[in-house]
Amino acid sequence: MEKVISTNKLTKKFGNFIAVDSIEFEVEKGEIFGFLGANGAGKTTAMRMLCGLSRPTSGSGMVAGFDIASQQEDIKKNIGYMSQKFALYDDLKVWENLRLFGGIYGMKKKEIEDKTAQILQELGFEKERNTLAKLLPLGWKQKLAFSVSIFHEPKIVFLDEPTGGVDPVTRRRFWELIYRAVQRGITVFVTTHYMDEAEYCNRVSIMVDGKIEVLDTPKNLKAAFNAANMDDVFQQLARKATRINN
Amino acid sequence: MKQFLSFVKKEFYHILRDRRTILILLVMPAIQIILFGFAISTEVKNTPIAVFDPSKDDATRQITERIAANDYFTLVSELHSLDDIEKAFHTGAVKLIIVFSEKFLNNFMHTGEATVQIIADATDPNQASTFVNYVSNIINAWEMENAALVTQSQNNVQFGIVPEIKMLHNPQMKGAYNFVPGVMGLVLLLICAMMTSVSIVREKELGTMEILLVSPVKPLYIIMAKITPYFVLSIINLTTILLLSIFVIGLPVAGNLFILILLSLIFILVGLSLGLFISTLVKTQVAAMLISVVVMMMPTMLLSGMIFPIESMPDILQWISAVPPNRWYIEGVAKLMIQGVEAKYVIKEFIILSFMAIVLLTVSLKKFNIRINR
Repeated sequence: MEKVISTNKLTKKFGNFIAVDSIEFEVEKGEIFGFLGANGAGKTTAMRMLCGLSRPTSGSGMVAGFDIASQQEDIKKNIGYMSQKFALYDDLKVWENLRLFGGIYGMKKKEIEDKTAQILQELGFEKERNTLAKLLPLGWKQKLAFSVSIFHEPKIVFLDEPTGGVDPVTRRRFWELIYRAVQRGITVFVTTHYMDEAEYCNRVSIMVDGKIEVLDTPKNLKAAFNAANMDDVFQQLARKATRINN
Repeated sequence: MKQFLSFVKKEFYHILRDRRTILILLVMPAIQIILFGFAISTEVKNTPIAVFDPSKDDATRQITERIAANDYFTLVSELHSLDDIEKAFHTGAVKLIIVFSEKFLNNFMHTGEATVQIIADATDPNQASTFVNYVSNIINAWEMENAALVTQSQNNVQFGIVPEIKMLHNPQMKGAYNFVPGVMGLVLLLICAMMTSVSIVREKELGTMEILLVSPVKPLYIIMAKITPYFVLSIINLTTILLLSIFVIGLPVAGNLFILILLSLIFILVGLSLGLFISTLVKTQVAAMLISVVVMMMPTMLLSGMIFPIESMPDILQWISAVPPNRWYIEGVAKLMIQGVEAKYVIKEFIILSFMAIVLLTVSLKKFNIRINR
């Protein structure tokens, strides 16, 4: 299988504080990779390095075939990113949000128009084309934000707690979109606090105090920890954390 | 380039969709200019005055007529007793009362001396002294013209030095002349520094900055795109202010308009860099606003010579006043607009402002990059 992400002793220090402690893992093409960990475990820092936002202190990593320390510009062209914090630009209309991100990724005008029509149709949002993003319900916004993050057909999409604050039904619908993207060959790298979502992932890693403590399929993890669900697995591991959660 | 344009478009949407802000940004400068130009005028016009004239001779009548005929004063009442004086002031009906002595003309003709008392409401001391000056001038003028009336036999013709005062550059002493450069400096700095810093920090606060940084757009493009709309707005405002001051207030640009615009462009650049700099220091929009207004705007207003003349400040404040960029801009604009000096007399202002722009821009771009690559 083709590896789209691989790291080798990837480390990030802030002064004496080791935020990410030589983590090593690989993600295969078309996989849904769950990147879990309590607050302050180092998930965000690790993800920032993979996205080319932050330089590793030591160690190395490859994302979409490019080196994270030296080829950040190439990485940025090949990834998508969505976070809970950012849904969309509230004061832009739905289609303007899509056009903006198409423009940012250098897509052609025609391409942007076709893709916009296609996405609105897929989501059933045709009527909302000219609606300001702030008027959409949160669940809709998140769906649209996800569509925006894969608008330019990236190889990998990084989702940083994408479903914060919505009900289980809406989350379920959101994950249907993720599966659809995976079918198109997009690799999904996702962090989440919801353990039911961890069950949807092909493989899951759990970070504790800057290190990756376990990495396996949800099924194997549950068996190894003799747990009924992923939440139980997570609780057992998180209890070992010595760092103060912020 | 295409990326850049989609960004600029987005920034314009942000501004244009925020109706209230755009209204404030475009209307505020006009209102300020008009307010400072007309309402908050330090000139005296149509001030209500009263006269107590027990003498009622030709001299007092002439003087009273002259004062009443003057644009600055309106004679509202003639008082009939000394007791009325206090009453008139208390009711607030008059700002100034002229009290002639008895037998005014008679005294003047025979002794060369006659007393007239000018009583002013000094609640606003500046205004009061302006009133008093006007009235004294009118009385002095009358005295000069009528010196011949004094009986020669008295033989006490006084030779006095009468200074002839000429108000250069602003002969009518219009308050607006002073304020136009001040308002220009304030408005441009407000739009450039405050709005730019708030709009950059807003993206940080909302988390959209992350998204932009993860995209292949160069950080420099993001910043340039943020700055562009405010640059355009500043130029619109500059035009409004200049047009208003020329056609409404009647303050012509005495010097070279081209040089004035060039100086303004450099000042706008300073403002934008300052906004960028502030945005690298803070994390929230509120903080950006506070820094812009409290830390920057207040000292700028107080120390730039807009309200208090720099020359009359204590030395230490004079030194500090060199820091706000407004001071140099206002000084330059005053020289160019009001005095109409040649370009070579504003070289100092040009150099200082350019220097500030370069330093601020370099420092903030560096800080911005460090923040990204931490």
